[in-house]
Amino acid sequence: MTKEKKTLNLNFGPQHPAAHGVLRLILELDGEVVEKADPHIGLLHRGTEKLIEYKTYAQAVPYFDRLDYVAPMNQEHAFALAVEKILNLEVPIRGQFIRVIFCEIGRILSHILNVTTQAMDVGALTPTLWGFEEREKLMGFYERVSGSRLHANYFRPGGVHQDLPRGLLEDITDFCKKFPKIIDDLETLLTDNRIFKQRNVDIGVVSKQDALDYSFSGVMLRGSGVPWDLRKSQPYDCYEQIDFKIPVGKNGDCYDRYLCRIEEMRESVNIINQCLVKIPKGPVKTQDAKVTPPPKKDLKNSMEALIHHFKLFTEGYRVDKDEIYRAVEAPKGEFGVYLISDGSNKPYKCKIKAPGFSHLQAMNYLIKGHMLADVPAVLGSMDIVFGEVDR
Amino acid sequence: MDILDLEKKINSELTSKITFSEIRHGQLYLNINCEDISEVLLFLKNNSHTKFRQLVDITAVDYPEQTERFKMVYLLISHEFNNRIVLSYYINENEIVPSITQIFPSANWMEREVFDMYGIKFKDHPDLRRILTDYNFEGFPLRKDFPLTGHSEVRYSEDEKKVIYEPVKLEQNYRNFDYESPWEGTKYIKDIKKTND
Repeated sequence: MTKEKKTLNLNFGPQHPAAHGVLRLILELDGEVVEKADPHIGLLHRGTEKLIEYKTYAQAVPYFDRLDYVAPMNQEHAFALAVEKILNLEVPIRGQFIRVIFCEIGRILSHILNVTTQAMDVGALTPTLWGFEEREKLMGFYERVSGSRLHANYFRPGGVHQDLPRGLLEDITDFCKKFPKIIDDLETLLTDNRIFKQRNVDIGVVSKQDALDYSFSGVMLRGSGVPWDLRKSQPYDCYEQIDFKIPVGKNGDCYDRYLCRIEEMRESVNIINQCLVKIPKGPVKTQDAKVTPPPKKDLKNSMEALIHHFKLFTEGYRVDKDEIYRAVEAPKGEFGVYLISDGSNKPYKCKIKAPGFSHLQAMNYLIKGHMLADVPAVLGSMDIVFGEVDR
Repeated sequence: MDILDLEKKINSELTSKITFSEIRHGQLYLNINCEDISEVLLFLKNNSHTKFRQLVDITAVDYPEQTERFKMVYLLISHEFNNRIVLSYYINENEIVPSITQIFPSANWMEREVFDMYGIKFKDHPDLRRILTDYNFEGFPLRKDFPLTGHSEVRYSEDEKKVIYEPVKLEQNYRNFDYESPWEGTKYIKDIKKTND
C-alpha cells in the first residue's frame, strides 16, 4: 500500500500575537513541516500614498510617523531629505545633530522592540518587560521634544520643528550612561541561552546572493555578511563626522540578525554620545522664511512674519518640478521616498519604499522546509511592522 | 566607477536603447523603451562595470492627460560602486508590460502592487493578484481619476449579522481647498511682476 501524501492548509492570523500585527499567512503543511507560505497583506492599508498627493508638503510629514510606528522619526527623515534636496536647502548644523540623535533613539526604540518580542515569540517573557521600561524612557524624550510619544511630526523639511527643551541633553547623556548595562542584562538572558539558541541558530538562513536578489536591506542584508549601511556609504546629515562601526553577520540566520541588532544598539549609544559632545549652539532649522515658519513671538510685532506664517499654513510652500529618490538607513533597512513634484504645493506622486515589504515577500523562501514552530521565529527576526508594509 | 563614467559606459554599450540620460542629485536617470526593459536590466545586473544587482523598487506614475498615460519606474542600486539608477519608460493605458521576475525575484510583489494600484498588467508574471487592497476590491486607487474617498465603504450590519459593503455616502462632499490662487494675485499684478523680473 502506498502512502498518500496529504497536506494541511492552515490559516495563521490575521489576529495572532506572533504575527506582529495583521498578517494573514496561509500555510501549507505536511505534518509539521511548512511546504508553502502565502502571506496576505494589506489589512492595514490606509492609502498613505494617495492621501499625500492631496496634502501640502508640510501636511504630508505626519503620515510618515504612521508607517513604521516604532521608529517614527526615521521615516520623516527620508521625506525631509527628499524635499530638502529638491529645494536645495541647507540644514543648520545643530539641526543635523538633533536629527541624528533622534534617528539613533528611533533605532534603539525599534531594536528593543524587535529583540525582546523575538525573544517572547520563542518563549522568553522577561526581556520584553525589561526592554519596554527603556522604550518608555526613550518615548519620554520623544514627548519632551515634540509633544507626543509616537506620532512626533518633528523632522520637517529644512530642519526640526523646534529646539530641544532645557535639560533634555543632560537626561539623554544620563540614559546613554545607563543603557549599555541594560543591553548587557538582556544579553545575559538571551545570547548564551540554550533555548534561545536552539530556536534561532540555523533558522531562516539567507545566503548573500539571495539577500541581494530578494531586495533585502538593513539588518537582513548585513546579517548575511554584506557590509552595507547607508549611514556610511551614502551619508546624510552629519553622519560623516561621526565614527561608528557596522556590525555584520556571518551565517545569515535568525541568531546572527539578533546579534547584529544588539550590536547596533551599542553603536547607536556610541553615536548619540559623540553627538552630545559635538552638538553646537545655533538655529535648528533653515532660516529661509519661505519654507520654515517664523517664531510665534514675532507674529505680534512683525507684519512680514505674520504674512509668512499665514501663507505657510494655508498655501504651504511650492516645490519645483523635479523627480528624486532619497533613502535613509531606517532601523529595519533602507527606507526610501520617491518623490515627484510638479511645481505646486502638493506632491504629484510619493512612492514609499518600505524595507519590510521586500522582507516579507521572501517569507515563502525563508520558511520552506522549516517546522511550524519556526514561523514566529523567522517572522520575528525579519522585524516586520505592518504600518510600513501595508502603507 | 563613478557616476560620470557609468553614464558614458551605459550610453556606449546600449546606444540604441537609451532614449535619454541625465545625472541629477547624484543619481543617474535613464529613459528607455518598454520592449527593451529585460535586456537593459540584464546588462545592468550582470556587466562587471555596472553591477546593479539589487532592485530597490518598482512603481508607476499616472499622467492622465498624456497619450502615453503611465510612466513605469525601476529603482536600482549597485552596492559595489555605490550608485543608483532611476530607470523609466512610458506606456499606453492598455499596454502589457514584460515582467522582470525572472531577473529579480523580488519584483514579484512590486509588480503585484503596481497592478493593484494602477491596473498595469504584466506579461509572464507568475501570480498577478491584488496585494494591498481588500479582497474583491474594484478600481485602481492610485490612478488620478480614482476619488480620494473611494467608491464603497464597509460596516457591520446588525440586521444581517455580517460585514457589508455599501456605496460611499458622505454627509458633506469632500472639499479640496485650493489655497494657491489668491496668493498669485490678479492678472495685472502678475504682469507687473513679470516686467520687473
